[in-house]
Amino acid sequence: MADPFPELEEEQTPEERAAGQKTFHKVVWVLVAIFAGIGLLALFGPDRPSAPDQPTNYGDTVGGAFSLTAPDGSTVTDQTLKGKPFAIFFGFTRCPDVCPTTLAKMARLRQQLGEDGDRFEIVFVSVDPGYDSPEDVGRYVDLFGTPIIGLTGSDEDIAKVTKAYHAYYEKVPVEGGDYTIDHTAAVYLMDREGKLQSIIDYQEGPEASLAKLERLVG
Amino acid sequence: MHIKTTRPMGRTIHSALAALGAAALILATGACSSEIEADPAASESAASEIAITAPWSRETAEGQDAGGAFMTIANSGAGGDRLIGGSTPAAREVQVHTVDMTDGVMRMRQLTDGLEIPAGGTVTLKPGSYHIMLMGLAQPLTQGETVPLTLTFEKAGAVEVELAVQPVGSQASMGDASDGDDG
Repeated sequence: MADPFPELEEEQTPEERAAGQKTFHKVVWVLVAIFAGIGLLALFGPDRPSAPDQPTNYGDTVGGAFSLTAPDGSTVTDQTLKGKPFAIFFGFTRCPDVCPTTLAKMARLRQQLGEDGDRFEIVFVSVDPGYDSPEDVGRYVDLFGTPIIGLTGSDEDIAKVTKAYHAYYEKVPVEGGDYTIDHTAAVYLMDREGKLQSIIDYQEGPEASLAKLERLVG
Repeated sequence: MHIKTTRPMGRTIHSALAALGAAALILATGACSSEIEADPAASESAASEIAITAPWSRETAEGQDAGGAFMTIANSGAGGDRLIGGSTPAAREVQVHTVDMTDGVMRMRQLTDGLEIPAGGTVTLKPGSYHIMLMGLAQPLTQGETVPLTLTFEKAGAVEVELAVQPVGSQASMGDASDGDDG
């Protein structure tokens, strides 16, 4: 191992050299303590919500009961959607990028499926009820030129549906007292029984996504 | 790691915990962080020369309170610069943000120190990356209209652009190769 204090090489007395080594040992111990501290904080630190693993690891535990509000004020539940496959995505209307990109992609893929495109629903759930009323969500999904079921609900409703889908979301403050929201960017493809069939990853190409949708409506 | 067995274990654990506590305290107070000055001194004093091309945004729905704006910023000057903010009559607040996608989670972050535009460099604000966040839209952005936006640079000062409002499915400026129209 290289001498950590090469400048101490010059005309050192044995005492100085010993002192140098002591200092070095102290530095090492401090570093060890810091890294151990990081580990301990990570394990036992304040509970911070962590992003879930890829939801595919959860298999059959994805999905389940929820109750949300449609733009016309009606209630939409997991039972309402039963009998037809659906693609569900969580986001918020103030999302400048990932949400419009994803919904526009879903709309394009549905067009590419032709008549089969009508054999599944696209569901968008806003996890930002603080800003997005059910009517806001309705006007937002209307932008995409294809029928999309836009839903939101109370904070409790949103907590329940995101938990059911293992979807992550968290408010993050920005300057000026406002906030933005971190959220799972995957689209969950659910079969007609409401069971997870596959996931469209935000970064995958349109061919892979189209193949998954063909399997969903097949 | 060797622990002297002559020492009572409890005391060892106690002092280890004390060391960990101290380390945690150091971490919490940020005493270990160091600021590294990236800008070479020559670039500090030299002027920047900012040119912005293909500024665009997406249409928004009524009740949608925010939108993103994208563009390419080139700096042909000898000095680096930073995009630190801006203003527009179309929104209450203009912020510089970036997007991080890790483990399938979209995280948007405000760049409170601004976005560096290096001397002789080009930075593209595009979907999935850096963007201007228009927060508190006064009214919806309508496809086909243009929106005036004044960007603020640390050195170059105010630079005015006109955002072209494009269809919601756009992924790039219509001036570029766009995969963008969802119809």
